[in-house]
Order: sequence, then C-alpha cells, then structure tokens
Amino acid sequence: MSGDELAILVGGPAGSGVFATGTIAAKALVYHGYSVFATNEYPSLIRGGHQWFLVAARWEGSAMAHRRRLDAILALDERTVELHAGRLKEGGFVVCDERVAARSRAGNVVALPLSELVEELGAPPVAVNVAGLAALFGVLGGNLEALLAAIRSYYRGREKTAEVNARVAEAGYREGAKLSGRASLKLRYAPRGKRLLLDGNSAVALGLLAGGLSFFAAYPITPASPILHFLAEVQREAGVAVVQAECELAAVNMAIGAAFAGARAAVATSGPGFSLMAESLGEAAMTETPLVIVDVQRAGPSTGLPTHTAQGDLRFAIHASHGEFPRVVLAPGDPVEAYELACEALNIAWRYQVPVILLSDKFLGESYWTVDRLPDVGPEEGPVVRGRAPPGYARYRITESGVSPMALPGTEGARVYANTNEHDELGFLTTDPDVVKAMQGKRWRKLAALKEEAEKRGVKEYGEGRVALLVWGSTKCVAMEALRELDGVKLVQVVWLEPFPAEAVRRAVGERRLLVAENNARGQLASLVREHLLREPDAVLLRYDGRPLDPEELAEFVKANAG
Amino acid sequence: MARAFDTGVRPQWCPGCGNYGVLAAVRGALAELGLRREEVVAVAGIGCHGRVTEYLDVNAFHAIHGRAVPVAEGVKLANPKLTVLVHTGDGDAYAIGLSHLLHAARRNVGIKVIVHNNMVYALTTGQAGPTTPRGLRTRSTPYGSVEEPFNPLLLLLASGATFVARGFSDDVQHLKELVKRAILHKGFAVIDVLQPCVTFYDTRGWIRERAYKLEDAGHDPRDFRAALERSLEAERVPLGVLYEVEKPAFEELALSPEHPPPALRDLKARLPLDKLLARFE
Repeated sequence: MSGDELAILVGGPAGSGVFATGTIAAKALVYHGYSVFATNEYPSLIRGGHQWFLVAARWEGSAMAHRRRLDAILALDERTVELHAGRLKEGGFVVCDERVAARSRAGNVVALPLSELVEELGAPPVAVNVAGLAALFGVLGGNLEALLAAIRSYYRGREKTAEVNARVAEAGYREGAKLSGRASLKLRYAPRGKRLLLDGNSAVALGLLAGGLSFFAAYPITPASPILHFLAEVQREAGVAVVQAECELAAVNMAIGAAFAGARAAVATSGPGFSLMAESLGEAAMTETPLVIVDVQRAGPSTGLPTHTAQGDLRFAIHASHGEFPRVVLAPGDPVEAYELACEALNIAWRYQVPVILLSDKFLGESYWTVDRLPDVGPEEGPVVRGRAPPGYARYRITESGVSPMALPGTEGARVYANTNEHDELGFLTTDPDVVKAMQGKRWRKLAALKEEAEKRGVKEYGEGRVALLVWGSTKCVAMEALRELDGVKLVQVVWLEPFPAEAVRRAVGERRLLVAENNARGQLASLVREHLLREPDAVLLRYDGRPLDPEELAEFVKANAG
Repeated sequence: MARAFDTGVRPQWCPGCGNYGVLAAVRGALAELGLRREEVVAVAGIGCHGRVTEYLDVNAFHAIHGRAVPVAEGVKLANPKLTVLVHTGDGDAYAIGLSHLLHAARRNVGIKVIVHNNMVYALTTGQAGPTTPRGLRTRSTPYGSVEEPFNPLLLLLASGATFVARGFSDDVQHLKELVKRAILHKGFAVIDVLQPCVTFYDTRGWIRERAYKLEDAGHDPRDFRAALERSLEAERVPLGVLYEVEKPAFEELALSPEHPPPALRDLKARLPLDKLLARFE
C-alpha cells in the first residue's frame, strides 16, 4: 500500500470549521513527515454556502499545488459529497456522520456515528469536524499522536478547547481505525524535525518585519486582511506600529507620512484598495518617499469575486497613477520568495526612494506550503541622513544616481520639505522648464540601477528542455507541480515585472518554443513579452474563472503545444 | 532681524487674503512657544492655503488634495516628538478629505489642524463648497447654490474632537493664542479659521459684524453641551475655544512603550524571528 502521495478534502458550510479542520489535517501531515500543500475556497459569507479546504501531501520532494483527484473526503454536509465525490480516485472514500450519509447517495461512504460520539463526550456539536478528521486519519492508519499535536498547536493559547478537541479526536480515531481495511493507502510516519507550514500572507508580513518594518496601515479587505491580522497580533513583540485606517486612501497616506518622518512603512490591500491608492502612488513617487504597497490580487473587475484568485493587476501595477515616474513591481511565486521579496521591497524602496509594489494573490496569500527554513535576509537603511545635516542640505539634491540623501524631520540643520508639486532641490514649488526637466531627469536616472538589479535578479530558471514555459507570481507553484509530469520543459519565472528584465528573459528563453501561462483574461505577461522582446509567444494558456490553474491542465497545455 | 519661521520666499496670495493673517499667527505661536524649526512639521493640502509650506520655515509636506490629515497622522505616529501642524482648506478638509478629519478627531491623534475656511473654492477660481451658504452664486452655482452648508464645529464636536476652536484671520493676536493652545493641547486639536476670500467671496464685513469672543461671554470650554449650543448659533459668530477635554492621545495608546517610536527604531535591533515562527511549526 502506497502512502507516498495523497490529497484529502474537507468540505462543508461556512461556520462548520472547515478551515480549522483542514489546517489541523495539514499540520498533522507535516508532523507525519510529509511535505504538504494546502489551499481553500470559500464564498464571501460568514455562515452557510459551501467551502472546502484541500490538503495535498507528498513523501518525496515538495508538494507545490493542488491536484484534481482525491484520496479521501471529510464531508461535513451532503453538498460536499455531491460536489466532490466524483473527484475520488479508485479506492477513495468519503468520511461523514451517519446523518449526512443518510441524505447522500454516493457509494464509497464511510458513515460513522460522529455526532453521537461528540454528544457522549459533552463536546459542542461543531466538534464533529475534528471527530471526522480523526476518523479519517484512523482509516488511513495515521499516527494519533501527530494528530493530537496538530490539534494542540492549532488551539495554542486556548487550552480548554484544545483538550476537548483532543478527546473528540481520540474517540474519532478509534472509530476510524476499526475500518482501516477500507483504505487503499496507508499514511507514512517518520517525522523530519521542525518545519513550517506557511501561508503567503504570513510570509509577506514576516518578510516586511525582516526588512525593518516599523509602521503598517491597512483597511480590511479580502484576501489581504490576514497580513493586518498577523501584524496586529505581533505588533508588541515585533515593535511595529499597526493602524487600521478609515479607508485605503488614509492607510497609504499614513504610510507616506510615516516614511517621510523616517519609519519603514508599508500597506497591504487587494485590487479595489489598490485602485483607491493609485493617486498616492504618484504622491510617494513625486515626494521620493520610500513606500511598499502589497497587492494581494483577487478576481476583478470591481468587486468581482472577492474571495477568489487572479493575476489581473499586473498591467495596472505597472501603470497606475497619472504622470510618469519610476517604480518597482515584484511578484513572489511561493512563501519563501514572498518572505525574501517583502524584505527586499523595503530595502529597494529605501535604497532608491521609489514606490515598490509587491504583487501577491489570493492563491499565494491564503494557501500553505511546507517550508524548511527562511533565507537569511535583513534591512539595509539606504541613504538616510540622521543626526546633523551637512551645510546647504537639499532634500532633492540633483545627483548622478538620481537618489538624494534623505534627511528626516528633526535632523539638525535641515529643513525637510517634501512637495507633490514639481519642485527644486530644496523642495520649493517650481514651473521653471529647466528645473522641471532636471527633476524628471533626476528621478528617471534611478531607472538605470533598478534595471540592472532587475536583469541580475529578476528571472529564475528551473529545469532544462527545448520548450520554455514562462510564468509569474503564484503560477510558478502550479508549474512546478505540473513539471513532474513533463519532460524537456524549462520553467522561466519573471520575479521583477517592472522594470522588466528583458535581456534576462531573452537569455533564459533563447530559441526555445515559448509558452506563457497566467491567471488572467488578456495575457498580461504575454503582452510584456511582446513589448519588451518583440516576440509573439507560441501559445498562451489563460484562466480567469477565479480559480488558479490546475497542474493537470497546465501539463496538458504544455504537451499539446510542445511543437 | 529676519522674521521668525520665514523661508524668505515672498508670499503670493491676493492682497487682503486671510491666509496672511493665519501665517502670521502661526509664526508668532511657534516663536512664542520657543519651538525650533527642526521640531515642527507642517503638512498642507491643495488649495490657496497650500502655499503656506513655501513660506513657513519648518519641515513640510505638501500633500495631494484631501490627504493632508492622514499624512500628518503618519508623521505624528512615526515620531511623536514632532509638533505636527496641518494646514487645510474647507474644500480639502470638509469635502474631499472629510472622513480623515473626523476619524483623526475620533482617534485623538496629536495633530493640530488649522482649517482655512473661506467658504468657497478659490484656487480653482470660485466654485461652491461644503460651507458655502445657500443661495450664493458662484461659477458652479450660477443660479445660486441650492445645497445646505454643513456646520463643521457641530460635526467635529460630534466626532469626539478633544479640542475645537474657531478663529478669524483678521484677529491675528487672538488666532495666535488659539494656535498656541492647540499645540499645547494633548491629542487632536482643530481650529476652524474663518477668513474672507477677497476675490471670490469677501465675507470680511459679515464676519466682523457678527464675531464675538467666547472668553468674554463666560463660556466654559469644559462644558460639552454649552459648546454644542455655541456651535449652533446662527446670528452671531463665536470665536475662541468651544471645547477642550483631556484624553489619552492615540500615539500614547497605540505605540508599544517597549520600543522607540517607528521613525527612531534602530534597524540593527534583532527581530525575534524564532519566536514569531513558532506559531507556524
């Protein structure tokens, strides 16, 4: 019986603990020794509807993305059976309460007296979810101690809840273990030491902290709010000021004010909030105030699908706000890159005094990956003047690099004057054509160094082959998973989207057939390829139904277009 | 001797504009409080008032339209040692940026907001605004404004502002004292400064006829209900501090006392990463 890879799904209405149960399952499998990927889908509702949490685990190598086919389902309602039972592999099964089973017609159902069991233990009815999960682990021959450890970890700081759930889990596990003959696979167990189960949103928050974040402002928005929640939770231990603003306009302007005063500031939002921040993006650029904006993309336009994923904001991030100014757009593809690039985003913002936009998305932000360790990165201050300013200090001194030393208000001998009007070296408003031109020139001179960084670090390459598959952002994870089924494919990931590393992409792709896959309707990365490489991709795969690409459909696309 | 807090740039407002009086009052207040230019930040919005950052010799941020208040809140939270002034207009503060003003009041962030309220949009050459009286003919209301203006003092009192005052740009000495009191007040302070727009809506005579000093009328600024009553006066224009109450400032409550303020943090200080990561194990 193989237990080398498996995929399980927990489904039910909002409020039934689908997320709690799924997260516990994911953690428990990490404790077994698996590499785990977990993701979820939920409606914009607090109660009712249907939501699911999928956990994919792999014994060798890394689990990078979801799979279409499932080994087991924990159904907290009959709708879950209806919607997902068709995805079960040969020998797969559904675990559910007898009451759910009585209303379902699927054949491969393991019906257990879960609600009775929960009632007997005096646990709240919602605990049927943990009972079911434990039963599922019992059927699969999992390790009970690993499951209990996952429950205690999930309910850290809520010891009573943890213990109630642990008792429920023990009872559920015993029920499931009686039926262990039902499963066609057996879970493996050989713990591999401390590893993290990290979501992209937390990785971004941690990366910002690693980059010296000292001020964070946000307005709640799905799917970016978890960044606010995490930073609010750790604000005291991490020493970061966290403000929930009255709107995104306030959030970004607070961050700009804080950065002007000397704080390492960032905001996090999703598309609608980023749209509101567009004017202030130019404000940061014109005043040369270092600013990081995290856009956790969701499916638009407008309110769109608030809880679903997309990569539709790429062109908007590159062009947002009126007028012309240099900016940086970075897109991490997984939590490790999210951590690294969030830190780097703050460093770039302060090194060049430009706005940096970090493009994440719902799929990256709210999915979980197993991470062995985070890279060693940290803050660099950049050209900041503290203490005493040199005589004749000018905030917008025209320099060869375009970057002017930045004094902070409070610096002796300096009048720091930031101005959204076009200004001279001291910050005074000007309309003098020569000064206007000199200032535009100064700001744009930063581009040369930014472009050099982009060319050096902006493109990642994986594998080798005569076909190049070009992706950006979280599609990288789907592609890594798809690559297992493919031979002769080189994966090329663009990490810096602006300035665009045209030469690095050209070198990485070479004479290969060029396939592009992304999570939007118009092929925005493909359009950048046309613009910067003057080349038409050989085929483009687009998905824009609010769901990430499936590894299976991506593999099929590559096979069909390998030429 | 050079004038205090003077950048040396010659002001360019219409002769007789109320902004001259406001600028003089603020310069005088800063000088009398013994503040140095390095300790002060002025944030201005968009409007005729916005040029104040060209003339007032302190650190400055000339923001985009309507967002001076949140920029100032960010400055104050990043470095609470700074004295943070906001210069804003009736369009900037009461129209496009209204929500920020009310939320800053509610939070009690220690910023000092001076609203240059001339009851008209002037820099955009004379349109009606949120404090323009009903019936006034402007370029955007050629048949007379049909909208009711709102009452900014009443609104600010209702929003929880801990210091609400009204000044008049012609009475520089009185306004200077109000600015000093606002700066010395802990937390959020707002002064609605009535001023004529000599080009688009000259209210100088109208204000002069109706103005009176609250301190001469026995008003107790600690009495919230009395402040509400004064804010509702229609025939007379009260000048002075309507309301003042001491409450903890947002920056005292929101910033971690164990860490230096955000702008003064040592980047070399080690992040407790292992501790932060424990929850993901």
